Amino acid sequence: MKLKEIAHSRTGDKGDISNISLIVYDMKDYELIKEKVTAEKVKEYFKEICHGEVKRYEIDSIGVLNFVLDKALGGGVTRSLALDKHGKSLSSALLEMEI
Amino acid sequence: MKSIRIGAGAGYAGDRIEPAVELMEKGNIDYIVFECLAERTIAIAQQEKMKDPTKGYNGLLPERMRRILKLTKEKNIKVITNMGAANTKAAVEVTKNIAKELGITGLKIAGILGDDIYDSIDKYKDNEILELGCKLKDLDGEILSSNVYLGAESIVEALENGADIIITGRVADPALFMAPIIYEFKWSLEDKFKMGQAVLAGHLLECAGQVTGGYYADPGYKDVENLHLLGFPIVEIDETGEFIVTKVKGSGGKVSSATCKEQMLYEIHDPSAYFTPDIVADFSKVTFEDIEDDVVKVTGASSKHQPETLKVSIGYKDCFIGEGEISYGGTNAINRAKLAADIVEKRLKLIGANIEEYRVDYIGYNSLYKDSISSPIKPESFSEIRLRISGRTKERKDAVLIGNEVEALYTNGPAGGGGATKAVSEVISICSIFIPRDAVDVRVIYEEV
Repeated sequence: MKLKEIAHSRTGDKGDISNISLIVYDMKDYELIKEKVTAEKVKEYFKEICHGEVKRYEIDSIGVLNFVLDKALGGGVTRSLALDKHGKSLSSALLEMEI
Repeated sequence: MKSIRIGAGAGYAGDRIEPAVELMEKGNIDYIVFECLAERTIAIAQQEKMKDPTKGYNGLLPERMRRILKLTKEKNIKVITNMGAANTKAAVEVTKNIAKELGITGLKIAGILGDDIYDSIDKYKDNEILELGCKLKDLDGEILSSNVYLGAESIVEALENGADIIITGRVADPALFMAPIIYEFKWSLEDKFKMGQAVLAGHLLECAGQVTGGYYADPGYKDVENLHLLGFPIVEIDETGEFIVTKVKGSGGKVSSATCKEQMLYEIHDPSAYFTPDIVADFSKVTFEDIEDDVVKVTGASSKHQPETLKVSIGYKDCFIGEGEISYGGTNAINRAKLAADIVEKRLKLIGANIEEYRVDYIGYNSLYKDSISSPIKPESFSEIRLRISGRTKERKDAVLIGNEVEALYTNGPAGGGGATKAVSEVISICSIFIPRDAVDVRVIYEEV
């Protein structure tokens, strides 16, 4: 199953750091994503894009995981060579992950 | 119980104007906030000011003021905006002149000065740059702008002094919204829960349409109606700190727990420690409740201490980026694009282009996610593919070579390449240092019509 079937996401940017939220539509799926979508798994998934640490924060009250990817925006929004300098489309990439 | 209604009139410099007018006409709001200053915008505005000392404020300020000043007066709505950008003084002057031109009287316009510390930046040459890990004096590139992220305090002062329109330069985005809340309810830093709620209200509002269904729609998964008529958000907050997020009835878009969750996490790292100049907020126990269509109740935010330092955002001349694109179509399109990329790479080496970082993208295949994520999603074959080659250089002359070599593929490259484009841009980057809170000298100026 792809994450897209049970969750939605938005990406934010600060300098060379991207944060990608993962939000379940239904709270019953929260424990599943908490178990399956670890920081290590996300780091491996974005290995060609993120060249730093991945941290995961949990917000249990609303069923949200927040992934913070260091060195993930090609040196920062201003100097990145990427077409999507802000990494705004990375949210859709995370939702392609199979669990 | 006392409550106030605050609307968000813009979420970025070039945002739509009609939703702001709609909010003022039909939103029953007490305040409207226009957030128009992204990180790098101020460095670009500073360059405009250097060329012409009467410029350097938000380019849409005159048009926005022309559209809203009459409503400000008629409906008694106070306006707070960072459209001053690099030249708040000039923005105040322009606003005053537009009010006069429109025959509006009885408005007090305030300008918040003091965020611009460009003239004294040398004092901080030994401060460490957050992003680069070196000292400011070792920064490689001419400094163009230096602006402190101010908090809500001086805006509160202007409100206390009866200002109707408050124009600022660099102020932390949530602070623009927190100021009227702090002013109306007289909250202090000791009111931990209320201040946390105030930060959250500001954070949810600061990107305007991003909490009312903008940047959210995904047909079949997350449907949103009438995005072309997207309504901007309103927060109604009461003296307990509880608030609702809503929008004008009948406007396009959608406010739900889900839209609020996406926006709450937008540009947030540790949700239990969200830094603003006024206070460090804690969003880790927030709850959203859909109480009716397009009305969401928000509770549970809190806050911690006030940071001891303030962040300074420094804009500097960094490098150049050169790029070129060309498209290939039909069977074997990807292989012709790859051959083209190979030719350009060899050519750039041959002519001795000095390139610090080089990147090849196949738009339509891997330009967003590179190979490991893109490969499992890609179709059997591509009906078309667009090659994009980009490179970062220290000198403009090297950046120019990249686009030129891509363009030369027309007559020298693989069959059927079309739609070549090329561009060179000078990169103005942003880095940050931290300075003591008391080193900043903030001043409020007033003009009346």
